[in-house]
Amino acid sequence: MQSFASAQAGAAAPAATPRRSLLDVVELALPKLVLGPTLLISLIFVYGFILWTGWLSFTESRMLPRYEFAGLLQYISLFGNERWWVAVRNLAVFGGLFIFICMAFGLLMAILLDQRIRAEGFLRSIYLYPMALSFIVTGTAWKWILNPGLGFERLVQQLGFSGFTFDWLVNPQMSIYTVVIAGAWQSSGFVMALFLAGLRGIDESIIKAAQVDGASMPRIYWSIIVPSLRPVFFSAFIILAHIAIKSFDLVMALTGGGPGFSSDLPATFMYAFGFTRNQIGLGAASAVMMMMTVAAVVVPLMYSELRRERRG
Amino acid sequence: MKQSTARFALTALTLASTLAFSAFAGAGEVEVLHWWTSGGEAKSVAELKKILEAKGHKWKDFAVAGGGGENAMTVLKSRVVSGKPPTAAQVKGPSIQEWAKEGVLTNLDDVAKGANWDGLLPAVVSNVMKYQGHYVAVPVNVHRVNWMWANPEVFKKAGAKIPTTWDEFAVAADKIQKAGLIAVAHGGQPWQDATVFESVALGVGGAEWYNRAFVNLDASALNSPTMEKSFATLRTVQKYIDKDAANRDWNLATAMVINGKAAMQFMGDWAKGEFTAANKSPGKDYICVPAPGNKGAFTFNIDSFIMFEQKSADAKDAQRALASSIMEPQFQEVFNLNKGSIPARSGMSMAKFDQCAKDSSSEFESSAKSKKLVPSWAHGMAMPASAQGAMFDVVTQFMNSNMTPKAAAEKMAAAAKSK
Repeated sequence: MQSFASAQAGAAAPAATPRRSLLDVVELALPKLVLGPTLLISLIFVYGFILWTGWLSFTESRMLPRYEFAGLLQYISLFGNERWWVAVRNLAVFGGLFIFICMAFGLLMAILLDQRIRAEGFLRSIYLYPMALSFIVTGTAWKWILNPGLGFERLVQQLGFSGFTFDWLVNPQMSIYTVVIAGAWQSSGFVMALFLAGLRGIDESIIKAAQVDGASMPRIYWSIIVPSLRPVFFSAFIILAHIAIKSFDLVMALTGGGPGFSSDLPATFMYAFGFTRNQIGLGAASAVMMMMTVAAVVVPLMYSELRRERRG
Repeated sequence: MKQSTARFALTALTLASTLAFSAFAGAGEVEVLHWWTSGGEAKSVAELKKILEAKGHKWKDFAVAGGGGENAMTVLKSRVVSGKPPTAAQVKGPSIQEWAKEGVLTNLDDVAKGANWDGLLPAVVSNVMKYQGHYVAVPVNVHRVNWMWANPEVFKKAGAKIPTTWDEFAVAADKIQKAGLIAVAHGGQPWQDATVFESVALGVGGAEWYNRAFVNLDASALNSPTMEKSFATLRTVQKYIDKDAANRDWNLATAMVINGKAAMQFMGDWAKGEFTAANKSPGKDYICVPAPGNKGAFTFNIDSFIMFEQKSADAKDAQRALASSIMEPQFQEVFNLNKGSIPARSGMSMAKFDQCAKDSSSEFESSAKSKKLVPSWAHGMAMPASAQGAMFDVVTQFMNSNMTPKAAAEKMAAAAKSK
């Protein structure tokens, strides 16, 4: 939008007269006019509704919103709810592993693809393709693959390893790890694309200089290339973190939150209580807690990153 | 040029008047929110549409598919909050009371009195449809939940007999398992766990205790030796479920019974649709009997429409017509033949229905007399959604951990308090 406006300004410049023409006024106002509705809409539908949700979390709302203040009632019952703590623990496990695995795999694949290999474009598409699927499809496909009676376990057993078991999907202790597997499968390729773009943006001359100085390839990667990917790490982290926290469809399709509620995440918890159990207040309280989590992770990170940029 | 302008004006005028006219004629419109979108269900709804259109009213379909109506409920809430409720919406059980409490429902007493609904519906059912003694909802059908669907071929192969008590169940299931087959087809989803548990609890504790525990939410009934025994029995049933059951959809579990991979399934009579679709006939290819210990008792799951207060007189007329049409024998018969359930109104000819529906119907009436007609709590007929959800959590956690029956009974009493 900005570049469009400035390009127009550049084109209009030679024709400009000392007097402010109508065109100038339009030019000045245009960006604001164009951005205005978007700004207004996001103010209402994002920030307005955040405030509304926050307000609801302090009420006794059940089936429909009610607006009598009820203090911290919903938060007290939220923190006393066993299922909520299962969801929180699962988010920590899922978020941590998902982000780490995606980053590690993404970086590794990007570095390998960056070695000027043949058919790179083809391979890149293969790795990127899972991203084109929706999480519902990923979840359903992995549900079949991981089902002990249908998929992987049965396959290995039929190959002759009859003692083999892989029952994470139906094991309440392990079910959350299946969500990690499916999530990482889907998102690693995307992270790879991010890193690949970053790698392509690194100045060749620095690497050449390092080679002249006699640095080994691993050394160059470890000390020069990976550190200069810092902004990419940052973007990848932000994107993956928000995918992890808002994860809903993947869990719904893969495990349905089960067995029992062993693979519940805060988002599925919020949906269950807010929409199916007529406990809007409790659902709102859990939504607020989710937002606080995002804010606690992202805000300091963004702040430090922006400050670094400003300092140059 | 001039001519064409004139012609344009004329066309516009005609168009405008046609529009105005059609708007006038279509004033008696009903907008019905439901989530009956799959094959047989959609056919059933189309029937209602036909009946209303024959009476000169317009039908505006408002189907919101997905989930057990969760999406539809979300849409309904937003419509009501914004002050534009539909004419009617598919809502059942104690949720009817919750909506009525909001003061948005209309009083249907005049229609009910005219057609003698009090005489046609068992008191347990009409109580669900009433708020403070006034009708606010219309029942469409009755599903029986405490069925057991069995494959006689599998029983014969294993040399087992169809169980009528939970003790016999364990004996039969043992034999089936020894024969290398799956005894109980089940899907490990919270609502299915609760559906099985409900039949177990009713079989173990009886209707009187069931009502105290799941309808009155009496803590002394919830945290009681009877509840512990019910959970212990559930643990026994669980032994006979295959280990791949987690998150299996109910219809896939039914398919296991149809294909002879599994012997029995505890599920409501919507499972019949799966058997019918597979060209199986009742009594021969499959057997429908009450779950062990459930003979003579009936857990009902009744779909109903709540009616919202309308502003215009035309809309009110159409709404009244909708309410009375739903209770008419013609609709109740066609709808339930398609849906696999039985009519909510009594005294109807069951000639066109299959044997399972006939059994269901006769037990519906006899259980109403013997006070063994109870609401299904697993299907949202007995308690507020919050308590139901909390109890789902307990049952499903019990199924997925080594929780003791005693601990589970304590948790049930705590769950009943959740608001």
